[in-house]
Parts: sequence; C-alpha cells; structure tokens
Amino acid sequence: MFPIENYHFVESIKDAVEALAADERARIIAGGTDVLVRLHGGNTDYGRLVDINGLSELKEITIDGEGNICIGSLATFTEIMEHELIQKYVPVIAESLATIGGPQVRNCGTMGGNICNGAVSADSACAALIHEFDLVIESPDGERTESINGFHTGPGRTILQKGDLLKYFRIRPENYTGFSASYYKYAMRGAMDIATIGSGAAVKMNGDIIKTLKLAFTVAAPTPVRCRNAERAMENKTVSEENLQAMADAIEKDVKPRTSWRASREFRLHLIRTLAKKVVRRAVENQGGSC
Amino acid sequence: MQTININVTINTKKYEMAVDVRKSLMDLLRELGYTSVKHGCGVGECGACTVLVDNIPVDSCLYLATWANNRAIRTTEGECRDGRLSPVQEAYVEEGAVQCGFCTPGLIMTTTSFLEKNKGKELSREEIKKGHAGNLCRCTGYQTIINAVETAGKNG
Repeated sequence: MFPIENYHFVESIKDAVEALAADERARIIAGGTDVLVRLHGGNTDYGRLVDINGLSELKEITIDGEGNICIGSLATFTEIMEHELIQKYVPVIAESLATIGGPQVRNCGTMGGNICNGAVSADSACAALIHEFDLVIESPDGERTESINGFHTGPGRTILQKGDLLKYFRIRPENYTGFSASYYKYAMRGAMDIATIGSGAAVKMNGDIIKTLKLAFTVAAPTPVRCRNAERAMENKTVSEENLQAMADAIEKDVKPRTSWRASREFRLHLIRTLAKKVVRRAVENQGGSC
Repeated sequence: MQTININVTINTKKYEMAVDVRKSLMDLLRELGYTSVKHGCGVGECGACTVLVDNIPVDSCLYLATWANNRAIRTTEGECRDGRLSPVQEAYVEEGAVQCGFCTPGLIMTTTSFLEKNKGKELSREEIKKGHAGNLCRCTGYQTIINAVETAGKNG
C-alpha cells in the first residue's frame, strides 16, 4: 500500500486548481512514474494527492490555424512520440522522449510531469528549451503563460506556485519553422537510465552558414540550461572544426556541472564540450546540410 | 480508509468492487489470484509486474488500482485459452527462454503487446531489445528471449 493520506480525483480543471490552492501539502499526480516511486520509498511529502487523470482535455495534441502546436500536460511520452504532428513538425521531441526509461514508463509518464517536477536530468527539457516552449498554466487567479526560459529555478524547483496546474505546452511557429534539431543523451546504459549529460541543438541555416543556433544541456548546471555564449560563438559561422572548437570553449561560461556518484565534474565538462559539437553537427545534418 | 468503486475486466472476467485508493494494480491483481503478476522491484525498473491496460503494457506496481476503472486488463493467465498456450508463450518454451521464470509473465505481456503493435513489420534484434528494455531477466542473458520474440513474430 502506498502511504496516501488523502486522495482527491478531480473532475474539472477548476476543481483541480481549487483543491491545489486549498491544501498546502497537496501534490498533483499524473502518470505516477515519479510520485508513486517516491511514495513507495515512504516520502510523506506526497501523501496528499490531487489526481488529474480524469481531465481528458489535458491529453490533447493539436495545431491551431496560426501553427501553434499544443501538447497537453497529461499526454504520455508514448502518445507524444507517436503523434504525427510531433513527428512532422518537432521530431526532436520524439527523439528525446524515446530515450526515457523503457516502454512501460513511457506509456504512463507525462511530459507535464517531466518538466514540472523540476528534474535537472529531464530528457524533455532540452527540446523544451531549444523550441522555447510556452507553459499555459491555470491558477485560482485565472490563466497565465510562462516561458520555459527561467521556468526551472533549482534542482527539483520551478516557478510554479501553490494552486498552479500546467494545462499544456505551446510551441509557437517561429520557434520551430525552418529549424532542424537533434538530441543526444549520454548515459551508462542504452535504456532505463538517467542522463549523465543530455544535449539538444536546433539550427536554422542560410546555405552553409548557421543563422540561428539554440543549444541546451541537462545535468550541466543546477537547472536545465540554454547555452547563450556557445550559441553566439556559432552565429553566422560555418560548421568547421575550428568554429565548433571555439563554441566548445565558449560553452564553459554557460554551464556549471558538479561531481556526483554518476560522474565527476571534469568528466561532465569533457562530455559537454564533446556533445556540443556532436549535437550541433547532427542538427545541421538533419537539415540536409553537410559538415 | 478511502475507497472508490470500480468496474474492471480482467482477462475475460468482469469485476465490480470497492478499491482502497492506496492500492497498486499489482496488489489488486495478486489478491484476486492473478499471481503471474510478480512483485519485483516495486519502482518500475524490472517489469516483472507488467500487465496490459487496454492493450498497453504498464508496470502494475506504479499504477493505482483505481485507474483500472472501466478498463480491460490482460495478464499472462488470460493468454492461455482452452488449455492452449498463446504463440508468444509457446515460443518462450520452444526457445528455452524461461529459466527461473520470475520475469517470464511480465516479459510475455511485453512481447504480446510489442508484436501486436508491430504486426507485419520486419523486426531487427535491436528493435526487439529496445521494445523489451523495461523488463529485466537475471538468468538467461536475453539471447533466448530475443529468439523467442523472433519465433513468435513468425508464428503469430
């Protein structure tokens, strides 16, 4: 038995937000692949649950007339990966989610949970950063939109407040049109593992020249990070070994890896420099460019 | 104790019952006698408790029993019909993919859904490995399991 003290299966978004606002200790449960593991370990911080699994409107994956792609917070990793809109317009999301856990975990876990639990290693976080997701959130004060930039504030921490419920992610057309992207996860095992370092790049090319680069890393700092110094180093440059090396040097100003039992700070830094080059090359190749 | 009334179909049998909200689907199934569902790690790492919920494989240890409301659950018991093994079960026996047997029921369900989902597709050993990454086996070294999936794919 999980040590659940109080369980509230909500019937509407309004019901969810009220339940979350009314109880200081209430936590959302969605796919359960994190929350139930913590409860199994006896973590009493998760004893008061607001279960949002009845909110089928949060499972939708859609595109509107202006090209905004919306991914409901309750869509599972598998549902997102296999969705034709995702494969057609933002395939790096599918590429990233395919690296999470194993099939059973991907069939239950949600991208909403992966981002909102604030995990530094979240496999969806690089894709979220390079496509500059908006997060559409409902709270007792109404709806508001936050950017993924600045959403994470520390390990396991985000800007979400009491009473907040993420409804969906929105990807605006200017943040994916003309871009090609890639994700590379370095982990000790080929599956069922947490990233030692995760890296994602999106590029927009003008001939052989990188017009725009968006580069993001996980487990490289206390939060998933965009690497603005490295991005600037590649802007209006060709994908030569020399330019990539300059980018790999610049990225040291963007990251702050630490030593953990998985890997030392030095090894992580080596991975970051190496993977920055690799993931940018792969993103360019995905556009049909050569390097 | 908080309970919720649920309607659930397990293999071919329909149940209507009040379920403790703290209970996992794994615990519920084992209490009802579906002991092919194994309690392994309890945290979604080993896949020994894998069952199909509306034909999708999930770790039943990380699945609240109440979530099974209005859903159809398949366990290894139900794959055997009229005393005959399913093609997947048959292939596991034929290929010697069963040693201690603890992981086998979970693997059978993963393979069953994997082959249903990829029906008619040519599958590489690498794809089979990726499709079974959520199930651990400590005996076989996996080669015979991959052989069994290939055989079941041909015979299915």
